Amino acid sequence: MTETSNDAAFVEFQRVQKSYDGEILVVKDLNLALPKGEFLTMLGPSGSGKTTCLMMLAGFETATHGEILLDGRPINNIPPHKRGIGMVFQNYALFPHMTVAENLSFPLEVRKMGKSDREAKVKRALDMVQMGEFGSRRPAQLSGGQQQRIALSRALVFEPELVLMDEPLGALDKQLREHMQFEITRLAHELGITTVYVTHDQTEALTMSDRVAVFDDGRIQQLAPPDQLYEEPENSFVAQFIGENNTLEGVVKSIDGDTCVVQLDDGSEIDAVPINVHKAGERTKVSIRPERVEFNKDRLHADAHTLKATVKEFIYMGDVFRFRMSVAGNDEFIVKTRNAPDAVRLAPGQEIEIGWLAQDCRALDA
Amino acid sequence: MTDASQNAGPMLAADGTPLKQSLARSLRRQKLRALLLVAPLLLFVMFSFIVPIASMLFRSVENGIVENTLPLTVQALSKWDEQSGELPEEDVYDAFVRDMVVAIDNKQHTRLGSRLNYEETGMSSMFRRSGRQLNKLDPETDGPFKDQLIEIHDGWGDPKTWAVIKTHSPAVTNGYFLNAVDMRRTPEGAQSQPEDKQILIKLFGRTLFMSLVITASCILLAYPVSYLLATLPMRVSNLLMILVLLPFWTSLLVRTSAWKVMLQQQGVINDTLVWLGLVADDARLIIINNQIGTIIAMTHILLPFMILPMYSVMQTIPPSYTRAAKSMGATNWTTFWRIYFPQSIPGIGAGSILVFILAIGYYITPEIVGGTKGVFISNRIAYHISSSLNWGLAAALGTILLAVVLLLYWVYDKIVGIDNVKLG
Repeated sequence: MTETSNDAAFVEFQRVQKSYDGEILVVKDLNLALPKGEFLTMLGPSGSGKTTCLMMLAGFETATHGEILLDGRPINNIPPHKRGIGMVFQNYALFPHMTVAENLSFPLEVRKMGKSDREAKVKRALDMVQMGEFGSRRPAQLSGGQQQRIALSRALVFEPELVLMDEPLGALDKQLREHMQFEITRLAHELGITTVYVTHDQTEALTMSDRVAVFDDGRIQQLAPPDQLYEEPENSFVAQFIGENNTLEGVVKSIDGDTCVVQLDDGSEIDAVPINVHKAGERTKVSIRPERVEFNKDRLHADAHTLKATVKEFIYMGDVFRFRMSVAGNDEFIVKTRNAPDAVRLAPGQEIEIGWLAQDCRALDA
Repeated sequence: MTDASQNAGPMLAADGTPLKQSLARSLRRQKLRALLLVAPLLLFVMFSFIVPIASMLFRSVENGIVENTLPLTVQALSKWDEQSGELPEEDVYDAFVRDMVVAIDNKQHTRLGSRLNYEETGMSSMFRRSGRQLNKLDPETDGPFKDQLIEIHDGWGDPKTWAVIKTHSPAVTNGYFLNAVDMRRTPEGAQSQPEDKQILIKLFGRTLFMSLVITASCILLAYPVSYLLATLPMRVSNLLMILVLLPFWTSLLVRTSAWKVMLQQQGVINDTLVWLGLVADDARLIIINNQIGTIIAMTHILLPFMILPMYSVMQTIPPSYTRAAKSMGATNWTTFWRIYFPQSIPGIGAGSILVFILAIGYYITPEIVGGTKGVFISNRIAYHISSSLNWGLAAALGTILLAVVLLLYWVYDKIVGIDNVKLG
């Protein structure tokens, strides 16, 4: 499921466990390796252990069991201030009693850097985030987006090789967030820093990362590049958590190499790719993305299985049409079509047949 | 109204009345309601707090008694030159006898005697003794009085006596304030009190100094406790908070008396030290009935007033600040000194103001554990209110104390800024 020991790894978690109270494991057996320069996102619902992992890497929490390696060295016993890891906090943690320039100069001062060097670096770091004129302001005089930029440049000013970000865009409005997503990835790639980014926002994870680790229940459920994560989820948690997803429940009727037939609970049959099912008779949840559902029969195989669907609701969203349908007893089945010139607008109450390509439908664990 | 506003006219509401007037009318009901709601408390505070204090403060300058008791004498004395060294003429004695006969009938002359006794010792007994014989004189028939009066009490033959009466005859006086700063009002103007009577300035100085020491020791003791309270998990910190508040729920008198038991020479602390062999039996520490005793007991009593504001400010400092500082490479000490401490200063400020202002006017504790060397100015005020009955001087001392506190408050605002003071 996850990568094991890797010689080229820059950051490595080896069988890491964490418990706060000695009864419940918040992080269960975490194995993870990042090569230098990678942008990795830890994605998961709250309480899934992703922030705990970040805090263990930063040194603010100690691992109950296991080893964390940074550049090949175990860092379990190194205090946070000696790890040299840059960090951006959820609420930025800009020191309110210092100006922006003093904030940026702080990590350089504690490294006993000379005054002229410090000023040059602070200036460069501010220019990097287009905040050159704001050096003499106080954090409270800046907008949320500006504070975010300052927090980012403060984490980068002492040139750490590893930067951790704990939901840094959570407090921004949507437009600003999208802009900052772009800016953060640009900076990370330009400077070649390794980044570990924690978020519960899946769009953020998909658009920014080289790889995404989906956390749930203290474990990594899947570690994969964004496209693979979206298109080839390995279990139903990931399928549900990433993007919009339709789930139908049933029993595997037959497996034939890389396709299988699933009999749904209402008796109808569909084609799917077996992912987490191994033999006929197993219960399964099949997952299909709303935009991969076809109701134009010409685009399907002649012998493809189809399902009867009743349109319940039509939602006009501008670029896409969204239909809520009742399919095989599931009233929340969503179908999306692009608002193309020839797109059909189905009216509520209409009965149609829907189908999909077998490879778009994945039979996962029940 | 300028031309521009006349041209444009005021903003009008929908019905044509000016908008401001219309707004005021709609808010009037609300304001009236608010006023009615606070009225009971306002009246209570007015009559139980503001009026008594104001009248008390007024006593520090009020001096109607001389003029009211001896109106004719004061008038006659205005023509007399107190610098000449001569006794006043017969008209003054005549006026004095007329005034005194009335005053004795009204039993006012002894009160005047005690009032003048504050300025010149001996005046009280002079008025009391002369009273009995003066009463037998008839102002219409028995004159002239100059020699008769000197016969009754030779004080009346001393120009100084008349000078004292004249000096203190104005209805409004600065005499009490001069007394309060170890000076006195004399015919020659304001002069210093004799050396042996100069105690009040020293007492003011001691009060300020000891209040500062108490505030400083409260800061030192409260800071670590508040830090602990603010950083520990809620459940533990609530328990600790109860321990901090526990003294609050005990009577002040009981706590102070407990210190008396603890600190005295045969007390718990000395006994323990002797038993441990740290102090010789014949050299027991003197830690009560002096300044040390007052400082120890008052630091203990005022400590919660320092801890609470500090705690509530520290609670608002997010732990992410210290984490951020450490992630940037700062050691624990640098993180504390450069990041945590500056943000906790408003709490120190709020606590210091509170403790200092409470300390400077403290009365019970210094009275019980302070002996003679550890008492505050407030103990002197209490003495003048209840023992010497020199209310004018007590009021003057109180006014000065109030002014000093307000002045310090202003200085503090200039230096620290009152905006920086947070109670939560």
